[in-house]
Amino acid sequence: MSRVTPASIPDTQVMDRRNLDWYVDKAVQVLVFVGGVSAILFIIGIFVFITKEGFGFLTTTFDAQEFFTSPRWRPTSEHNPTYGALALIVGTASVTGLAMLVAVPFSLGAAIYIGEFATGKTREALKVLVELLAAIPSVVWGFIGLSMMNPLIIKLFNVPVGLNVLNAGVILGLMAAPIMTTIAEDSLKAVPDGYREAAEALGATRWQVIFKVVLPAAKNGLVAAVLLGVGRGFGETMAVLMASGHSINLPTSIFDSVRALTATIAAELGETAVGSDHYRALFTLGIFLFLITFLINLTADLVVRGIRKK
Amino acid sequence: MNKTWALVVLIAVVACGPRNQDGGSGGRTVIQNKGSDTLVNVAQAWAEQYKEINPNVAVAVTGGGSGTGISAMINGTVDIANASRKMKDKEIELAQSHGIEPVKWTVGYDALAVFVHPDNPADSFALEQLAEIYGEGGEVDTWDQLEIEIPGCDSNEIVRVSRQNNSGTYVYFKETVLGKRRDYKLGSRDMHGSKDVVDLVHNTPCAIGYSGLAYATHEVKMPCIEANAGECIAPSVETAIDRTYPIARPLFMYTAGQPTGAIKDYLDWILSDEGQCIIQSKGYAPVQPADCG
Repeated sequence: MSRVTPASIPDTQVMDRRNLDWYVDKAVQVLVFVGGVSAILFIIGIFVFITKEGFGFLTTTFDAQEFFTSPRWRPTSEHNPTYGALALIVGTASVTGLAMLVAVPFSLGAAIYIGEFATGKTREALKVLVELLAAIPSVVWGFIGLSMMNPLIIKLFNVPVGLNVLNAGVILGLMAAPIMTTIAEDSLKAVPDGYREAAEALGATRWQVIFKVVLPAAKNGLVAAVLLGVGRGFGETMAVLMASGHSINLPTSIFDSVRALTATIAAELGETAVGSDHYRALFTLGIFLFLITFLINLTADLVVRGIRKK
Repeated sequence: MNKTWALVVLIAVVACGPRNQDGGSGGRTVIQNKGSDTLVNVAQAWAEQYKEINPNVAVAVTGGGSGTGISAMINGTVDIANASRKMKDKEIELAQSHGIEPVKWTVGYDALAVFVHPDNPADSFALEQLAEIYGEGGEVDTWDQLEIEIPGCDSNEIVRVSRQNNSGTYVYFKETVLGKRRDYKLGSRDMHGSKDVVDLVHNTPCAIGYSGLAYATHEVKMPCIEANAGECIAPSVETAIDRTYPIARPLFMYTAGQPTGAIKDYLDWILSDEGQCIIQSKGYAPVQPADCG
């Protein structure tokens, strides 16, 4: 932004410009600046808030050994409340793990097809549809899990209840797949066409070009896509709350009901007395969750930056 | 230069922040009413009917749970809190520390029905059996222990359906069926609403669940309940009215101190025959038998 005033312009005209465009320009500058800084302010504010609320628990009732190794989450018990989060952590991890098993092949396949094979109208239509899929609200996914997948799973596998790791994992996988597809496709597109042309000039087939040249070149972007999908899985609440069975349980198979960290906070926070141990314990779960998703997103970001440096 | 400007605008933004909260409601009185999800449908029906009787008073009803309503009443953001359980001692202490003496109004009764899948042949449960199924350390985990065989439930496992641990329904069922000092067995499916309990039981042959009678549909079966080896009583509005059904609970509204003016009129109307007939038509029992014509 240079503010050079040519000497030939009379003084009055300079004043005019200062009065109008100059102020607009400044105002917009400030707005953009505030917008840019606000993200940092918000993230710090959120972290300070959840830490403040959860801190009292961390310093008093909190018992790290119980928190990480006991599956007994029983915060409302009147004579012996226990705060073991192991079952919740394992629940979240198992659902997210299964979701990735579902989402990774789907989204990578879709990204390769959209990015490398589809042309013209098919390609445009697919891109729009994938983005549309990402716009389905999570409560609708949860509803599908609760009222459609549940009876289906009971019938297909002859298990006592259909709200389990399988149900939540499939639902979550389908939810995460569109975002992962979009990011993976972007990273495939970022591979210079020169690479493909060179490979084809050497006589490589279409598949050889994709598997030996394009995928290795786009590796970082693909890893980032998967990591962001994992982050989405950890943070998803409503669909998991409805489809997982919300049952405190260490799962031994994909047909066991589980309970996720996020779902526990969502289900219990609304009615706990502000400032009670239960309330603070939920915020401690929030801190834990925040740290995990923060780490995952940071890793994804660093991986993506890895590409740019090269 | 840039920084100075940023500062000026920031200060301006902060100074002009939201300050005008009273939009002026044009002479209408608004009663804020919040709390129990069990009561929310009835509260809504009351509010709608009351609008026709007294057009100058609008009642705004929101759900969120008994605890939410009570804490909102303590914080002074609502006038009436709906609750499907009594206020806990801690909550009363908290209210008193805010200078509020909560006043309890019993506005109706709700029978907690036990639901099973329509294919389940069980017709009755004793309270002791329910305690063994749901309670910590309880012995009963499979249906064959109760000598019940359900078509479509090959695993025999009893799928316990419960509520999230801060719902009034959860607390009342625990206190009445399990006893004050006994906890629930871990591993139940804790649904986030009475309707979800009914939905899940309807779709799951091995399941057993509980909820307010008002949420029952013809797609689930409601066995009768016997207490202390007495007669087996089926859940219904009638058995809740005459208090023979063993797990019927009172439903409350709490106000901050003795109400006056519009709030008092509203509560009086709720407890009148007209108000009580509305709660009865929603599947709950009135406080005293009402003449609904």
